[in-house]
Amino acid sequence: MDINATLLGQAITFAILVWFTMRFVWPPLMEAMEERAKRIADGLAAADKGRHDLELAETRAKTILREGKQQAQENIIHAQKRADEIIEEAKANARTEGERIVAAARDQITQETQQAKEQLQREVGRLALVGAEQVLMREVDANAHRDVLDKLAARL
Amino acid sequence: MAAQAPQSTSEYILHHLTNNAQGSGFWTFHVDTLAVSAIIGFVVFGLLYLVGRKASPGVPGRLQNFVEMVVELVDGSVKGIFHGKNELVAPLALTIFVWVFMMNAMDLLPIDLLPKLVGYAGVHEFKSVPTTDPNLTFAMSLSVFGLMIYYNYKIKGADGFAREAMSSPFGPKLAPINVLFRIIEDIAKPLSLALRLFGNMYAGEMIFILIALLPYWVQWLLGAPWAIFHILIITLQAYIFMMLTIVYLSMAHESH
Repeated sequence: MDINATLLGQAITFAILVWFTMRFVWPPLMEAMEERAKRIADGLAAADKGRHDLELAETRAKTILREGKQQAQENIIHAQKRADEIIEEAKANARTEGERIVAAARDQITQETQQAKEQLQREVGRLALVGAEQVLMREVDANAHRDVLDKLAARL
Repeated sequence: MAAQAPQSTSEYILHHLTNNAQGSGFWTFHVDTLAVSAIIGFVVFGLLYLVGRKASPGVPGRLQNFVEMVVELVDGSVKGIFHGKNELVAPLALTIFVWVFMMNAMDLLPIDLLPKLVGYAGVHEFKSVPTTDPNLTFAMSLSVFGLMIYYNYKIKGADGFAREAMSSPFGPKLAPINVLFRIIEDIAKPLSLALRLFGNMYAGEMIFILIALLPYWVQWLLGAPWAIFHILIITLQAYIFMMLTIVYLSMAHESH
């Protein structure tokens, strides 16, 4: 229990240990820890930045997607309209074409009827002439009675 | 580990409370205290040095992690209390905490283990816990006291130091009383610092010795709880010594 020179010895040991810690132990440990803290902080900051970038990218992707959808919708509507137009056009064309065909047929019919009429008139004229020859039993000058015959034919 | 055959109980107790003293008068050296504390210091701070040298800022290993935990505890305490700029305080606090803790931890070894082992080497008086020697605790507390006076003088200057001693706590008109108070206060600091640690460890050791006197089959009943409780005490005492050192040095750096 008595105080003696051990105290001096211990004080020296203590001083050496403190000096040693101050010189060789504390600085490298603190340095490593601070460096690590900095790295972790940097890592966290990078992670934050990454998350932010991801959010931005997602927003952009959404915008692009929405624009794409809109575009597609527009395209569909446009195409529908175009298709309707084409159908209408085709219908109109068909109608004109049909009318044209009908008109042509009607013309042809009229023409053929006309031809048939004329043929019939000639035939009737000839028959009338033959009939008259038979009735009169003599030669009738066809040229002399042409106007009569023509009148007859015209009445048919 | 009951009392050895030729010893009486009081002899056994006394034997365990006696340092291995060499020399005479003031120039007596407690070889056991000096050797154990020096060996512990060498081993522990050598280990810390190795960890520090290999310390990487990357993912730390288990040992580095543990050391960093301790360093962080000390650093946090220092930063919380000490606001001056001083490169010494934090390493000093770490040294105190680690060294005192390790020396206190010698208390947890079976009390006859080291004395028996060195007994085989022909040394018959041996106290294995250095902090039960007031020489050690006073050596540390007086070193802290010296630093305290030094920084008081260095930071505040001779006149600032003197003015502070004369004017607080009662104002300059009661200067003699203030100085008296200051002297008592400053003497009480190293005294309480040293005696607190010494007293706690001495008492703890004493209990272990008394437990060791019980029959071997019942020792665990008291020895185990006391040892577990003692883990708390040794840590707490090391922590208190460290914290008070920081507080005292912090007071030396701040003007009132």
